[in-house]
Amino acid sequence: MRRAYFKFSWIAAALLAPQLLIIFVFFYWPSAQALYWAFTLEQPWGGGNTWVGFDNFRKVLSDPYYWGSVRVSVIYALATTVLAMGMALTLAIFVDRQLAGYKAYRVAIIWPYAVAAPAVGLAFQFVFNPGAGIFSYINTIAPGWWDLSKYPWQAVTAIVIAGAWKQVAYSFVFFLAALQSIPRSLTEAAAMDGARPLRRMIDLQLPLLTPTFFFLLVINITDSFTDSFGIVDTLTGGGPFRATDLMVYKIYADGFRGFDYSGAAAQSIILMLLVMALTFVQFRYVERRVHYT
Amino acid sequence: MIERTPLLNIATHIILIFGLVIILVPIWLAFVGATLTLQEVNSAPVEFWPGDQLLVNLREAWALSDFGQKFLNTLIVATGVVIGKITLACITAFALVFFNFRGRMLIFWMIFITLMLPLEVRIVPTYAVAANALTPFQTIMDWTGISWLINAVSGIEVALEWNLLNSYTGLILPLVATATGTFLYRQFFLTIPDELVEAARMDGAGPLRFLWDVLIPLSKTNIAALATIMFVYAWNQYLWPLLVVTDRANYGMVVVQLSDLVPDALTTGGGTPTWHLAMAATLVVMLPPIAIVILMQRWFVRGLINTDK
Repeated sequence: MRRAYFKFSWIAAALLAPQLLIIFVFFYWPSAQALYWAFTLEQPWGGGNTWVGFDNFRKVLSDPYYWGSVRVSVIYALATTVLAMGMALTLAIFVDRQLAGYKAYRVAIIWPYAVAAPAVGLAFQFVFNPGAGIFSYINTIAPGWWDLSKYPWQAVTAIVIAGAWKQVAYSFVFFLAALQSIPRSLTEAAAMDGARPLRRMIDLQLPLLTPTFFFLLVINITDSFTDSFGIVDTLTGGGPFRATDLMVYKIYADGFRGFDYSGAAAQSIILMLLVMALTFVQFRYVERRVHYT
Repeated sequence: MIERTPLLNIATHIILIFGLVIILVPIWLAFVGATLTLQEVNSAPVEFWPGDQLLVNLREAWALSDFGQKFLNTLIVATGVVIGKITLACITAFALVFFNFRGRMLIFWMIFITLMLPLEVRIVPTYAVAANALTPFQTIMDWTGISWLINAVSGIEVALEWNLLNSYTGLILPLVATATGTFLYRQFFLTIPDELVEAARMDGAGPLRFLWDVLIPLSKTNIAALATIMFVYAWNQYLWPLLVVTDRANYGMVVVQLSDLVPDALTTGGGTPTWHLAMAATLVVMLPPIAIVILMQRWFVRGLINTDK
């Protein structure tokens, strides 16, 4: 950090106090509370919590439903990330050619970022509904073939598509910004050497995008673990047969519908560790390589 | 640089238009759904062309969900989050960058770590804190024996309580409790040239005056970028308001209202799903943040790229 200019005084304390107070009450305390709950069990008839060590974790980790939830979360994370980043990268590379109308393309690709996850979920539930959605054609030929509320794989496909749809804009903004910060001199030098636009995409632009690519990879995976609640809640409600019971959704369901605070806290701790590990990877290995110019 | 690439240009447009179709089709179908009657929206071949019921459906969905009050609530919460976040980010970063004190790095890291865990991950205990925001202090006072001391000296039982459920404060504060923005401001303050600070001090400006008269006017672009991002973020909150607000009539937010419109057995009682109303409501709820992103595109992109999530 830079050299400071003012001596510490009550002013600095007063400026720092609100932020510290808020993060203490709404961040550090709850996080500590989650740890406490994860290692204790509330007595059914009051009388406080008793220390149970790793019992809550053992219970969670031996629960097949939990592993089902982990499995579908991983599938969801990988599938949405691949779909969204692939689409964003393709669109960004072609938008970056800046042909006529490129500003219109840019706006049209960016705005889905502003759509709330539950709205995405609801819109896609309409699009995918078996009675009158786009798959109703198939259902008129083979009645009952498409029904989100019956077939797990269809429900998973639906949340993956909805999730990917929502994520495209974010990656697109970053890819486009990265492409536009490639120095013009490089592009021109390549052109002088006889590289046509497609050749430049493959040999110049794609390699230079690598840092952005890794950054977005981590961010997208992290987001898919934390941001999926709204889509799942309105699109599938975790069903059918818990097929779309993503980790955040399960924490919510166990904690607020099942009132199993200890179980939910143990799951929260596991998810926290996962998200922290991903964030750590991002800061440790990824961010440093972003500055390439 | 001039290149003739007619074939590639055509291919580019085709690819982009194809991409746009994929992005626009779901929303177009939702829009079409919002313009049909109950019978049309549930008839088997999917309709691709809008009908004439848009206004009727909008009016009905609006009345059904009592959106008037809820839009007001959402606007209040979003504005509160925007103002709270910008103010906090600005003054915290200012204190961290321009003041010299021991533990500066410690405080920096304490704030930095909050970026790691989004609200969704620690949702259950955060909810418990919101039920009584003074629990942390109560517990600390009980542990350290201060409560006992006060009780022994004055005979007053210490029972701090500040319930945040069903209140604007409860909706806003936890959303403000992360470091998003603090780092945007920190980065910006680090680019302020030394001469500027020296000149201000030479002219006799104290820290607050320097902040108010020099830094804040310089950080207008920062404010615009952060405001755009935060408005969209707050408007689209779902899980938190879903939990904190049980009194939907007075404190409900629009996005949460959508979950009530999911046409399943619960809402229609086994009747025909009211897709036309659900889609009309979805459109209304989506519109304000989309408008902000399109109108403030420049600031939005800048904010998105520079803000640590």
